[in-house]
Amino acid sequence: MSSPSSQLATLRRMSIYEPFHQISMWGDTFHGDASPNTGSSTIVQVDTRLDNQTEYLSHNSVEPSRSDQEANKPSEKTQRRLAQNREAARKSRLRKKAYVQQLESSRLKLAQLEQELDRARRQGIYTGSTSDGSHFGLSGNINPGITAFEMEYSHWVEEQNRQIYELRNALQKHITDIELRILVENGLNHYNNLFRMKADAAKADVLSLISGMWRTSTERFFQWIGGFRPSELLNILMPQLEPLTEQQLIDVCNLRQSSQQAEDALQQGIDKLQQSLVQIITEEQLSSGIYQSQMVAAAEKLEALESFVNQADHLRQQTMQQMYRVLTTRQAARALLALGEYFHRLRALSSLWAAQHLESA
Amino acid sequence: MDKVTRLASEKGVVIFSKSSCCLCYAVNILFQELGVHPMVYEIDQDPEGKEMEKALMRMGCNAPVPAVFISGQLVGSTNEVMSLHLSGNLIPLLKPYQPFS
Repeated sequence: MSSPSSQLATLRRMSIYEPFHQISMWGDTFHGDASPNTGSSTIVQVDTRLDNQTEYLSHNSVEPSRSDQEANKPSEKTQRRLAQNREAARKSRLRKKAYVQQLESSRLKLAQLEQELDRARRQGIYTGSTSDGSHFGLSGNINPGITAFEMEYSHWVEEQNRQIYELRNALQKHITDIELRILVENGLNHYNNLFRMKADAAKADVLSLISGMWRTSTERFFQWIGGFRPSELLNILMPQLEPLTEQQLIDVCNLRQSSQQAEDALQQGIDKLQQSLVQIITEEQLSSGIYQSQMVAAAEKLEALESFVNQADHLRQQTMQQMYRVLTTRQAARALLALGEYFHRLRALSSLWAAQHLESA
Repeated sequence: MDKVTRLASEKGVVIFSKSSCCLCYAVNILFQELGVHPMVYEIDQDPEGKEMEKALMRMGCNAPVPAVFISGQLVGSTNEVMSLHLSGNLIPLLKPYQPFS
């Protein structure tokens, strides 16, 4: 059983904790604090606040004229207050400990499962047995192209996290625009790599790709045709980029409108695809022979989904390219950072959700 | 191919399509959203459809459909149309064909 300090160290490395330093589930008591001796340092923090409170209370109590020395003797009301605060702080610490342990064990469980899955898949590929999907449990029939994609994607995410970390540091250190530009172009290229990977996966099995099972549950919630919605991307980025010049504002607004129009068009195309598919499947069959050709026709129709996913990714790519064109290098760096941070938090939210719901009765 | 070139110049915005192609439908919808009414020619309903397909690919379209022509010039397929639109360069091409823009 690993010690609390190494547990927390692991958590930090896995970067689950870091984005949450802004989200205060535990109130200001734990703000930015991840030291191994959480207990004692928290006591210190809490007591500091209480000391201030004590002074305040004493000064406003029945004898306002008393000196500071006499005010060190706390009144009954104050003592009760102090005890309640200590109790609340203690409960809070216990809650936090339980949460951290839960999170850490889920994380370990997840890592174990991923390892097992990797191993099983690799073995499956070697023996060439893809028809019997029973080994793999999670997603039934596994297409080797999709398997390869999922592995590549997990590496992609790791690299993405590294780049975000690098970008954040660079922006804080005020490096030159030239160096920043390199980081930005690396970031954009990284996304281009993802789109290339997805194109290959779409060719292998577009239904698996569009199911989004390779992503976390929260990302799936926001999914539009196999990925993020381009116009939504702009909404996420806008507040991070101020101040923008008037021309930039116009350009971004135009870009948002264009991408919304393009998205609408693609969406209507997909709706039509669904309708056609339903028509094919529900056609009255007169004999089993026609049923088979019906199914084949339906499968053919489904193939068209691949080009839609490609077009959606193309839209994502073009939106990012256009933003890069409109923004200064520094703004583009901030935008990339904001985007990466956003997806990182979505993934972390998914982990939190899983931890909260894994052991529900 | 003469037929393709002739048809491409028949109207300001021409889309060569197939009746079963939903992506072609999507491109048409985009133009409608921009206030333009393209002429849509379904090559799968033309006896010379196969020839037209080959001609379009020879002209530079990687997917034969949708093939979009504006002012008689080949613009490209879905990719090109979308890139143009996001970069703000599609609407200027459509200006002559947008009533009351």
